[in-house]
Parts: sequence; structure tokens; C-alpha cells
Amino acid sequence: MADDPVVEMSNLCFGYGPEPASALVLEDVSLCIESREFLGVIGPNGGGKTTLLKMILGLLRPQEGQIRVFGVAPAQARDRIGYVPQHARVDPSVPANVLDVVLTGRLRRSSWGARYAREHVQRAMAALEQTGTQDLAGRAIGTLSGGQRQRILIARALAADTQLLLLDEPTAGVDPHMERGLTDLLHRLNERLPIVIVSHDVSFVSAHLKRIACLNRRLTCHAARDISWDVVAPLYQDPVRIVRHAHECPLSDPGCGHGCGGHETDGLRTGSPAAPVVPEEPGNA
Amino acid sequence: MLDFFRDMAHNEFLLTGLLAGLLASVACGVIGPYVVTRKIVFLSGAIAHMAVGGIGAALFLATVFPGWFAWLLPMHGAVLSALAGALVIGLIHQRATERLDTLIGALWAIGMAVGVLLIKYTPGYQTELMSYLFGNIAFVSWDDLGLMAALDAIIVGTVLLWHKRFLAICLDPEQAELQGVNVLAANLVLLCLVALTVICLTQVVGLILVIALLCLPAATAAHHTRRMGSMIAVATLLCGLLTTLPRMGVYGSRVSPESAIVLAAGGLYVLSVVYRRVRGGRV
Repeated sequence: MADDPVVEMSNLCFGYGPEPASALVLEDVSLCIESREFLGVIGPNGGGKTTLLKMILGLLRPQEGQIRVFGVAPAQARDRIGYVPQHARVDPSVPANVLDVVLTGRLRRSSWGARYAREHVQRAMAALEQTGTQDLAGRAIGTLSGGQRQRILIARALAADTQLLLLDEPTAGVDPHMERGLTDLLHRLNERLPIVIVSHDVSFVSAHLKRIACLNRRLTCHAARDISWDVVAPLYQDPVRIVRHAHECPLSDPGCGHGCGGHETDGLRTGSPAAPVVPEEPGNA
Repeated sequence: MLDFFRDMAHNEFLLTGLLAGLLASVACGVIGPYVVTRKIVFLSGAIAHMAVGGIGAALFLATVFPGWFAWLLPMHGAVLSALAGALVIGLIHQRATERLDTLIGALWAIGMAVGVLLIKYTPGYQTELMSYLFGNIAFVSWDDLGLMAALDAIIVGTVLLWHKRFLAICLDPEQAELQGVNVLAANLVLLCLVALTVICLTQVVGLILVIALLCLPAATAAHHTRRMGSMIAVATLLCGLLTTLPRMGVYGSRVSPESAIVLAAGGLYVLSVVYRRVRGGRV
């Protein structure tokens, strides 16, 4: 069980709106997420990061290619995925306290009635404890700082008995001090949960994560220590340019059998650490 | 105000008016907080004005085709068109990609215009229209009270069953969807409850001004509460006071009770805003 990949995607293509290939947001993306994964996905705005998350959540369907989450179609696995949106998404003007927000993570299991049963309240409190925010339970959500709100949203995801944690830009609007606390928390959670972080904050991701995927329409994986400005710069300078790395995975790779997902970080490093970043010629896949 | 209680002994309408205010308070005290929190005040206004179209259509059909539609009361038309309006607006709200407020504004105006036009082409002088537009709390019948009580029961019952979903779509609709909530259905149900609340408030303040009672007491309550449950409780209490005290206060004067109720609700809200401002809070 532990060896089965949590997320398996092969040759995904997706574009918003009708077909023309130039409008693809994701092109030929293959990725495999293992049960102990701590993956950071970086890339410029519009590079497809959020689209990738929505694919895993089953909110969007790929136009081509296959995606399985916990071995089933993404929408069927939704109850096992904890999604932590950018904290700005939660409306702070709603009259609700922190416990109310975390309890919405139990909604799938208790959607009728006006109150949550004690069992659900206990689960929500346990999730608050895991994120070190149990003292905030009674606070109005409008009074929280960005870092606190981020933790509350993680608690909400944990309250849903999640087996995979997806975070969208977790460091946006969080000050550096809170950021360190957040990283510690995520590392603790990673002891039992696979985690995927999507961010444009390269320094945060590269300093803390095991494996990094660069996404700008196409996706390439790196071991975190291989990430240097040489790798990242081309990703951001020119949104159309595609980076190719010397350690691109052979299709015969063990694991999920395609893409780079089967690699342990060691496997990636045995390539050439100083792999030059080669801008690919247009049209050359 | 003392005159009011003295006259209540021999004027039944003073009692029914009082009860109508209290029954309407339940509906708007329960639904108002969702309307304010979900930021659908404008949508609710459009639903109310589309109900005017339904009243016009019902009067027109009943008068012009008495053979088929003699049974059709204006209130039937109001309920049907308010519910239809709620569904249309809910679907537009979900699907529209641009200029949502313009679309809603168009429905608002068209609903009202259709109503006025049909009433003009209905033979006979329609005094009834004024009481739907501007309320008629001085002459509420026991039948009206029965209808209001039934609407209250539907509204309160549905909220007791669906509160968790409503709160979830207020907080974060995307997360609610991931939690298996059908966000479109929850939105439509909420808007239908708004439509029923609008009907419930018609006699008390009139369709033109329902929006005042729907949002002002709830918005005032929001200043002083931190959770949905207490907001609903405070809003219901405020509605109860606002529909009774101003009515008693202006009894015997030439001020119409409906306007007094709305002005009191507006005044209380403004006072509450100023109070928060002075105390340094957010507005």
C-alpha cells in the first residue's frame, strides 16, 4: 500500500477553451507522487500551477492523458485530499469563529442539520491542536493574521481525515517568522502525509523541500539541492521557453513507469548536478 | 403608544398587524444574516421587484380571463414569480461571466415594468396594487397571518436542515464543493428562501422596501455579533422591535407605519455604523 503512488499522471494536456495547441496550459505533463512525497511545484504565474492542483482535485478534467489519485479517478478520491487554498480565499467578513471554519472540513461527513455532533467538534479540535492553534478556536476569523489563517486552513484540511495535502501559495502574505513555523509544521505533517506545495516563492520551496517540479506548461523534476538560479531563471524570463534538463527521466523508469515521478531524490542527483539548462527548440518535444 | 393598546381591544386589525410584524421578523431575522453575509442584497432586491411582475400578471389574468383564472390571487402570482425569479437569478449568478450586476439590474427593472404595465391594462381601478408595493400593515387578515406562519415554518425548517451548507458556501464556496456540497443547489435553495421571505415581508413594508428589512437589521446585528447563530438571534430581535415599536409610535399620526418601520431600521443601522466608527472599529 505504502508503495502505491498517491497521484499518477501521465501525458496530461489541458487548455482552457477550445483546442488550439498554442493555448495549452499544461502540455504532456507526467508526474508521480509517492506516499512520503514532499514536492514543491514552482513556476511563473500562468504557468499552470493552480490548474495542476485542480486536476488532482478533479475540478478540471484533462483533455488528454490520464490521472489517477489513490488509484481512482480524482473526483472519487476527493474525500481523501486536503486542499489548502490561498488564505485570501476565505471571506473574513463572515460571522464565524475559527472552530466554525475548521468544522467545514467535516461537512462531507455531517452535512444535514444546524450543528455538528460532538464527535466532529472533537476531530476539529484535534486538527487545531496538530497545527498548534487550539487557543484560537473561539477567535473571529476576521481578526486573524495571515500566518494564523494559513494554519487554520491547514487544520481544516486535516479535519477532513486527509491523506494528501495540497497547498496553494502557502507563504503569500505570511511574514518570515511565521513562515519558519509553517515549514516546521509541514515537515511534522510530512512524517505521515504526502504534501504538495504550489508556489512562486522559489527560495521558500528550494530551502525546505525534498523534490521540486518546475512547471511552465511543461513539467520537469529536480532534487531540491540541484535548484539554482540557472535552473529557475529560464523558467521566469521567457514564459514560452521550455527548459530541458540532462536528468530527464527515461520512460523505462521504475515506479509509475513514466515521467520523473519514480525517482528518489538520490536518483536525480546521480545525473549531472551541474546540468546545463538547455532552452529547447520550439516544437521539439 | 398608549392609544394603540387602548384601541387594540376593539380593533382586531391592530392585533393582526402586530402579529404580522412579529411573523415577518422571524423570516427576515433568519434569512437576512445569510443575505448580508453572502452579499446578495442586490439579488434579493431584484427578486422582490420581479414579484411585482407576478402580481400584475395574476391581477390581469384573473380579471381578463375570469373563466380560467378566477382562482388566481395576486399573492399566488407574487409567490410564483418570486420563486421563478430566484431560480433565474441563481442560475445567472452561477453561470454569467460578465456584467452580472447589469443583468440583475435589468431583471429588477423588467419585473417591475411588466407588473405596472399589466396592472394598467387590467380593467377597473386597482387599489390593491398600492398595498403590495408599499405594504399595508394596518389591514392584515387572519388568512394573511396563516400564510406568513406557513412561510416561516418552511424557512426555519429549511435553515435548520441546511445551515451548515449555507455557512460553508458563505465562507468558501470552493471548499464547500470539495466537501461534496452542491453549491448551485445550496445557492438556489437560499435564494428561494429569500423569495419566500420577500413574500412574508410584503404586507409589512411593501415590495419596494422589503430590501430594507431584509438587510438593515441583519447588517446592524453583524456589527455586534461574531457568529452566525447570534447574528440570527439579534437580527430577529431587532426585526421584532422594528416592526412593532415604530408602528405603535406613529399610531394616530399621519405618518404611514410602513415608512416609519423602514426609517427606524435605516436610522438604527446608521447609528450602529457611527457607533463603530467612533469606537475605532471597522465599518
